[in-house]
Amino acid sequence: MSFAFTHANEILWRLGQHIALTAGTLLIACAIALPLGVAAARNRRVGVIVLTLLDLTYTIPSLALYALLIPFMGLGFVTAATALTAYAQTILVRSVATGLSEVPSALRDAARGLGMSSLQSLARVELPYAMPTLLGGMRVAAVTLIAMANLAAWINAGGLGSLIFYGLEHDDANRIIVGSLCSILLVLPADAFFRRLEFQALRRRNGYAAAGFTQAENTNPPSRRIA
Amino acid sequence: MRIERVTVSYRGAQGNAVEDVSLDVRAGEFIVLLGPSGSGKSTLLRTINRMVAPSGGTVHVDGRDVLACDPTLLRRSIGYVVQAVGLFPHMSVAQNIAIVPQLIGWEQDRIRRRVDDLLTLVHLDPARFRRRFPRELSGGEAQRVGVARALAAEPRVLLMDEPFGAVDALVRFSLQEELRRIHKELGTTIFFVTHDIDEALRLADRIAVVRNGRIEQFDVPLALLSDPATSYVEDLLGSRDALRRLSRLTVQSAIRRSSSERATAFIQSDRSLRDALNVLLAGSNLVEVRAGNSCIGSLTFDDIRSALVKAPE
Repeated sequence: MSFAFTHANEILWRLGQHIALTAGTLLIACAIALPLGVAAARNRRVGVIVLTLLDLTYTIPSLALYALLIPFMGLGFVTAATALTAYAQTILVRSVATGLSEVPSALRDAARGLGMSSLQSLARVELPYAMPTLLGGMRVAAVTLIAMANLAAWINAGGLGSLIFYGLEHDDANRIIVGSLCSILLVLPADAFFRRLEFQALRRRNGYAAAGFTQAENTNPPSRRIA
Repeated sequence: MRIERVTVSYRGAQGNAVEDVSLDVRAGEFIVLLGPSGSGKSTLLRTINRMVAPSGGTVHVDGRDVLACDPTLLRRSIGYVVQAVGLFPHMSVAQNIAIVPQLIGWEQDRIRRRVDDLLTLVHLDPARFRRRFPRELSGGEAQRVGVARALAAEPRVLLMDEPFGAVDALVRFSLQEELRRIHKELGTTIFFVTHDIDEALRLADRIAVVRNGRIEQFDVPLALLSDPATSYVEDLLGSRDALRRLSRLTVQSAIRRSSSERATAFIQSDRSLRDALNVLLAGSNLVEVRAGNSCIGSLTFDDIRSALVKAPE
C-alpha cells in the first residue's frame, strides 16, 4: 500500500495513458465499425468477406501484430492504437451487423413504404432498434481493449503495462501487482457504464421512456382492452 | 389510376410473380385484390408505390407515371399499411403518425393538429393515446394507429396489405366497419389485399381475383357471385352459395310495398337480405321493413327467393 502512495505520480501517469489509449482507440474504432457494419448488414457477400477477414485478424497474437506493424509505423502510441483498433473491429463490426439484422423486416418495410430514404430508415428506425446490441458490442470491446492495452507497453506506448513489464524485468512485485489491480479497477466501471447505457437503450427501444416526455406526462396505464 | 400490362419477374424465380395485369380504377373506389397466398396480389400492390419495380408495363397514379417519379417522394404521397402493423416501438403513437408529415416538412403546429384529427378519425381519444407507445396498444388499437399513420399526409391513394390479418374476428369486423366509414368520409382510393373472401365481399366496390399472377376476374362483388368468369372464381367465392349472394343484397331491393298483415319482427331497410332471412328463420313468416322509425313495407321468404333469382341485374 505504501508503494502506491510513494509512487502515486507514476501510477496515475500510467493510468492516464492507459485510459487515453483505450478510450481513443474505442472512439476511432466505433467511427470505422459503423459504416463497415452497415455495409456488412446490407450486402451478404460484403458481410461474409469483412467478418471473415476480421476474424483472421483477431487470431493473430497482439505481440505478433505489433511486430508486423513496427517496420511500417515504428514504436509508440500510434502503432499500438492502430493494432488495438483492428482488434476492436472484430467485435464492433459484428455487433453492428448483428444488431441491424435483428431489425424486424416489417419495420424496415414500413420505413421504406412511408417514404424514408435508405439513410433516414437507418438513422430513425434501424439504428435505434439495433442500439442495445451495438452498446453491448461496445462494452465487450472496451473490456477487451483495456486488457489488450497492457501489452502496448512492449512497444513503448506506455499505459499500465509499463508498470507490469518494468516489474517483470526488475523483479519488482509491487509494480506487477499495482499494474494488474489498476487494470481490473478500470474494467469494472467501464463495464458498468456500458451496461447502464445498454439497459437504457433497451428501455427506449421498447417504448418505456421517450425523449421529450417527462416521466409524469407518460404515466398512462397500459391498455389491455380487446379493441 | 391505371395499371397497364404490368409484369413482375423475380430473378431466379420460375415464371412471373405478376403477369400482364391491367386494371382501370376510378378515383375514390375501394378495390380489393383477392387471392391465395403466393398469388402475386401483394407484389401487384407494391408496384403501385414502387416497392417493387415492374419488369414491364406502366402504373399511373393521379395521371403521373409512377416509374418517372422519385420513389421516396412517391411513397410519401401514397398511404401504406403493412401486414404486421409495423409501428415503430421506440416512438410514441403521435411520433409514429407524424412521420410522413415530418418527412415532407410540415410545421410542428400543423402536425400536432393533424395527429389529433387523425386519432379522432380512427376513434381513439387523442388525450389518452397521443403519448402511448405501441407496446401499450391492443392489436386493434395498433391497427387503427397504423391506418392513421398511413393517412397522415392526406394521400389520395391508400395501399393496405392484409392489414387485419393478425387481429381476432370480432375486432376485425369492427375495423372493417370503420374502414368503410373512413373511406366514405375521405373518398380516398383504396387498394386492399386479402385472402379472406368475406372480408373482400364486405369491403369492396370492386374485387380483382388474382391467381398465379393473373387477374381471373375484376368486377363488382355481386357480379363475381352471380356471374363468375371462370370456374376458379366460382369455386373460390362459392358463387352458387345463396347466403353469400344474399349478404350483398339489401332489404331495400326485395321490399314489398303494401302489406295488410301484422308483423311481429322488423328490420331496417339498409340491412342485408341475409340479415332479413335470419330474422325470418327466428320464427316469423313476415318481417316489417323500417326506415328509421317509420314502416315502409314488409318481407316474406318468397320475396327473398325472388330477389335472389332476379339478382344479376
